[in-house]
Amino acid sequence: MRIIFEKRNTISKKAILLVPVFSFIVSLFLIGILLLIFKTNPFLTYASMYVGAFGTWMNFTETLVKAIPLMLTGIGVGLAFRLRFWNIGAEGQLVFGGVIATWVALFWSPFIPAWMVLPLAIIAGMIAGALWAGIPAVLKVSLNVDETLVSLMLNYVAIMIAQGLYYGPWRDPDGFGFPGTKLFPQIAWLPRFSGRAHYGLLFAVLIALIMWVILNRTKWGFELKMIGRNPRAASVMGVRIGSNIIIALLVSGAISGMAGVFEVTAISHRLQQGLSMGYGYTAIIVAWMAQLNPIASLFVAILMAGLLVGGDQVQMMMGLPAAMGLVLQGMILFPMLAGSLFTDFKLKVISNKEEAGV
Amino acid sequence: MEEKQAVPILEMKNITKQFPGVLANENVDLELFHGEVLALLGENGAGKSTLMNILSGLVRPDSGDIILNGKKVDISSPKDAMHLGIGMVHQNFKLVSTMTVAENVILGLDNEKFILDMKEVRKKISGISDHYNLKVDPDSYIWQMSVGEQQRVEILKLIYRGAEILILDEPTAVLTPQESNELNGIVKKMTAEGKSAIFITHKMDEVMEFSDWVRVLQKGKLVSVTRTGDTNPKELANLMVGRDILFRVEKKKSNPGKVILELDKVFALNTKGVDALKKVTFSIRAGEILGIAGVAGNGQRELTEVITGLHKITSGKLVVEGKEMTNKAPLDLIRAGVSHIPSDRVAMGVVGDMSVASNLAMKEYRRAPLTKYGILHPKRIFNMAKGMIELFMIATPSPLTNVKFLSGGNIQKTILAREIGACRGLLIAAYPARGLDVGATESVRKDIIAERDNGKAVLLVSEDLDELISVSDKIAVMSEGKVMGIVDAETADIESLGLMMAGVSLEQSGEKEV
Ligand SMILES: Nc1ncnc2c1ncn2[C@@H]1O[C@H](COP(=O)(O)OP(=O)(O)OP(=O)(O)O)[C@@H](O)[C@H]1O
Ligand SMILES: [Mg+2]
Repeated sequence: MRIIFEKRNTISKKAILLVPVFSFIVSLFLIGILLLIFKTNPFLTYASMYVGAFGTWMNFTETLVKAIPLMLTGIGVGLAFRLRFWNIGAEGQLVFGGVIATWVALFWSPFIPAWMVLPLAIIAGMIAGALWAGIPAVLKVSLNVDETLVSLMLNYVAIMIAQGLYYGPWRDPDGFGFPGTKLFPQIAWLPRFSGRAHYGLLFAVLIALIMWVILNRTKWGFELKMIGRNPRAASVMGVRIGSNIIIALLVSGAISGMAGVFEVTAISHRLQQGLSMGYGYTAIIVAWMAQLNPIASLFVAILMAGLLVGGDQVQMMMGLPAAMGLVLQGMILFPMLAGSLFTDFKLKVISNKEEAGV
Repeated sequence: MEEKQAVPILEMKNITKQFPGVLANENVDLELFHGEVLALLGENGAGKSTLMNILSGLVRPDSGDIILNGKKVDISSPKDAMHLGIGMVHQNFKLVSTMTVAENVILGLDNEKFILDMKEVRKKISGISDHYNLKVDPDSYIWQMSVGEQQRVEILKLIYRGAEILILDEPTAVLTPQESNELNGIVKKMTAEGKSAIFITHKMDEVMEFSDWVRVLQKGKLVSVTRTGDTNPKELANLMVGRDILFRVEKKKSNPGKVILELDKVFALNTKGVDALKKVTFSIRAGEILGIAGVAGNGQRELTEVITGLHKITSGKLVVEGKEMTNKAPLDLIRAGVSHIPSDRVAMGVVGDMSVASNLAMKEYRRAPLTKYGILHPKRIFNMAKGMIELFMIATPSPLTNVKFLSGGNIQKTILAREIGACRGLLIAAYPARGLDVGATESVRKDIIAERDNGKAVLLVSEDLDELISVSDKIAVMSEGKVMGIVDAETADIESLGLMMAGVSLEQSGEKEV
């Protein structure tokens, strides 16, 4: 007997749905083994992770707090990935969006009407994110510079800028040496609806819906699809590749930038250390697991956030090393990448009998 | 002939393969004899490639047996097929373009030693290429090669791997007549040495010339088996499509109107930086078809791409309907009414991972009624596609099937339907009948002539001189990037066209200029 891979004749709808679910289960299994190595009971761990993330309404709001930036950045990088533009710079786009929102909240608010502060902060933060994503896009389109490298490096640049500001000129003089800016005035706080969960959730849902419509129901979405799947044919058909990539990346960065705005205006109310905890990287997992579908990204983001929150919980409870969170993410990503093989191929078992041709 | 043929070396029995929505093969039988060539015929989508993909391990049949040298075999991968001595050259080549010939030849071989002896490989390649007169340089890169050369590499690869049964899926569709003749010679030599071949083609004269046996498929079923000597092109065409085929199309005298396309001393470089177009000057009027004759690689590709905005003009002028369009973007030329049937259908003509309906809409999606205020109407696209599928007889399970699942000829029909449908002034058609069956070839020629009669200007690039003479009104011959002369199609004769293709100018060739 042997097992072979056979190319699927059609891409199976079922596989598209089942593969992420199945790979997730494989991940849980692998993590379970790891937990055993650390001499912890995996079932107990998973159970307390679940309770930690979804067990009570309060816990769930904390999960939502982490899900919102993941939703937005997941949708953002998903858009870029559809064009096969490997934007891994959502982290930087988020951080830079947060920096510029802080600038508006701290330094403009005395001069503009109160109702304008938040909208302006959001818009400015989105423009900042767009700019940050626009740099690798323009470099790629005009000089064919590798976008992966540029977008990754810009993450560090954005984080450095943020640090430079809250350690330096923007540092709160009354902060007892704590690295961070002054608290924003209340007019620059994005309201919360329960616990720390805030109305950024509405924006995320709205953007997912708009994005879905754009991708599936507009002329532009149609062109993006062509570019992503056969750029040569797209250009023969008169689609401008370069400008479309740049525009899409500006949108992608703007959405990630918005996530940064919410982090400072709704959660911390100041710019401080730990603005992003790697959301921009986790976003890559969210986007893939959601198969680049913006609506699916919403649900996957909640799942991943649950894992983060639940993971923190058990880390403390079970005394696992702090790096465990990252290890968990990696262990979720790998089975999924391997799993994407199954949407194109299926396994076929050939019996010895069949092989011998009896 | 009556000495009772020996047992076939290869038999396929009762092969059935169902794809979603299509029964591609239904109880098909096939026999191949030692040292012989079997021609496999059938309309576009009849199931020829599927049957051969089954034999080469790319597709698994739902039922049926394959018997090789009297033993039942199971072929579940191309590797299995290779071990059994079966090799296939696919309709769309499967070479890695960033690698050299030698690298491609050994790619995927598992019985090579761990440390490759490239010298040995090169020597073996040279040996094969000398023996079969397959001219290839082991060290050149695939992307630098013409399709004809790439095909030689594919064949060489199979021989290198010890194939005893060669499957050639429409090998001549992309070849020049000279290259086809060379291929014929290679196949003859191989069969003389005891190898056997299965050969798919839509060209009747090749069937008559190359093959010993003919099998005809119709809608997945085997409808006829004959010795080539006992049949003729007309009968075969009839068997395939179930009606008589006109091999020469009828057309009215042309009635030229205003000038639509004008090229004035156009120069362009090819990808290697050498002049590909040299001082090309001609014009086409409304209601007129200008044929471009010439051996592939003499500037035809650059010519069509310059007119469609895909290739840069280094000097000279391009004018469409009175407006200067030199080096304008493809979209500007599309807006100016230019339609384009590109030479490389899979790479440039379709997006394989999108539906037939979407592909059919890829020119018209910009305009009402398919789009309004930037919003797409999938329902209207679907309905328009349904109409076009019917009109152009595109065989697809549904308008929502991805194009990559269609047969070669039906992919081409999808492009034709879209481009002819969207044409508003000028149609640039590069090898429009490539890969089409006899029936579809006839109808695309009629469609092109109908466009002309509707007042469009047509540029028709083809390697088939008969096609050029019967469809075009005038013929321009290209050689090494230059237009050697333009002659009236009605009075043109193949011989002097051939001379001009070889680089002899019009005055010397004895043709009358128009
Ligand atoms: N992988 C696939 N998935 C679904 N349908 C397929 C697939 N491959 C082929 N088909 C369908 O099977 C039928 C037969 O296709 P096939 O490629 O064998 O035709 P063909 O005889 O080679 O035609 P052509 O002359 O146009 O190349 C077609 O209707 C095609 O759409
Ligand atoms: Mg075929």
